[in-house]
Amino acid sequence: MAGGGDLKLLGVWTSPYVIRVRVALNLKSLPYEYVEENLGSKSALLLASNPVHKTVPVLLHGGRPVNESQVILQYIDEVYASNGPSVLPADPYERAAARFWAAYVDDKVGAAWQGMLFTCRTEEERAAAVARAVAALQTLEGALEECSKGKAFFGGDAIGFVDVVLGGYLGWFGAVDKMIGRRVIDPAKTPLLARWEERFRAAEAAKGVVPDDADKMLEFLPTLLALSAPKSK
Amino acid sequence: MAKAVKLIGAFGSPFVHRAEVALHLKGVPYELIREDLTNKSELLLRHNPIHKTVPVLLHGDRPAICESLLIVEYVDEAFDGPPLLPVDPYDRAMARFWAQFIEQKCSMPFWMAVWLDDGEAREGFVRETRANLALLEARLQGNRFFAGDAVGYLDFAACGLAHLLGPIEEVAGASLVGAAEFPALRRWVEAYTSDEAVSACLPPREQLVANFAGKKDKIKMAVNAMVQRS
Repeated sequence: MAGGGDLKLLGVWTSPYVIRVRVALNLKSLPYEYVEENLGSKSALLLASNPVHKTVPVLLHGGRPVNESQVILQYIDEVYASNGPSVLPADPYERAAARFWAAYVDDKVGAAWQGMLFTCRTEEERAAAVARAVAALQTLEGALEECSKGKAFFGGDAIGFVDVVLGGYLGWFGAVDKMIGRRVIDPAKTPLLARWEERFRAAEAAKGVVPDDADKMLEFLPTLLALSAPKSK
Repeated sequence: MAKAVKLIGAFGSPFVHRAEVALHLKGVPYELIREDLTNKSELLLRHNPIHKTVPVLLHGDRPAICESLLIVEYVDEAFDGPPLLPVDPYDRAMARFWAQFIEQKCSMPFWMAVWLDDGEAREGFVRETRANLALLEARLQGNRFFAGDAVGYLDFAACGLAHLLGPIEEVAGASLVGAAEFPALRRWVEAYTSDEAVSACLPPREQLVANFAGKKDKIKMAVNAMVQRS
């Protein structure tokens, strides 16, 4: 039974890891207090709630913190099982497949995303990171075909686990598209994903949460870069 | 009629061990197919084209399940028997969080710290390993296993620090997880390796030592090359 207190989410509006949690909370129509963190001056609550990583998102449920976005997604699914559809399917085999592809997304797309925005030092390095993302997306194109069975999302008719995990990156992909003058999710290379992106962005649960203003994200990028500037070890 | 379970594995792999111990605890009979990772079979490459690694679980005629911790969750959900993950959702979230911590922050630094030649890089990994193991040590205080009195998911996630610890430290000549600094972890290693279900899945210590001794030069070359490249 859902309960035990209020929900509070500590986040940063551009973070793919925060965005996916917000979409999941919206899918379950769960009210929550959202706290925008300033990563240059992290709140005492954030530091106390996630002492190991000191990162967002942090979900506080009745004051108890849950950290790591995919852990949070599964927690929401399990605690609020009776609040509408789950992002993870019921069948154990399909759950394993969803978790596998979600891990693949963060492993391959996530690493490339870091590279294309935060760790590249030249435009060549950025282009190489984009190429790595495109290669991973080509694999995911096949996964989408397999998992969706002709339906709208990885999760079938409804948005599922892999959809929210990958969907978290769409805001930044839009910003990168503007930077490089071509699409990361290229309709010529990954047509299914290109159509999937449109449907995901149009979904009620994504409204106001998946950023669609590329310029605003690009304006915010220098602030984020200053925070992640390499410090001497 | 229960569907046949096959597990593609390799000797000494802590990842394969996680899958085996999960199956043992649930009382699921399985056929172990042993891979030579230096000469991967067509079976492995066909069933795990993305990562080409072990373990791979084949259950009946369903496509393969890959990634050791996902296999553990699958076994927990697909078969009856004692729960491998905690039952309470918050405790489950904690177990998944700490398993991820082990994978991302403990396993790699520990491996590098043990096998690297002396130098600044090694010192960095030693510091990182000690700091992160201290957090794991704190999770154990008072408990026999991570979730209490019975072995479970988080113990399996940490198993790379269990039965392999002694053989690795012996062959590498390193001692990173000392009893004085990590008393709870060392007690956990004892408890884990002597647990009935776990020890049924463990190869004899001498075989592990021989296995690492045989691979020592290759491992050292690989880790030292990794550091040169970065």
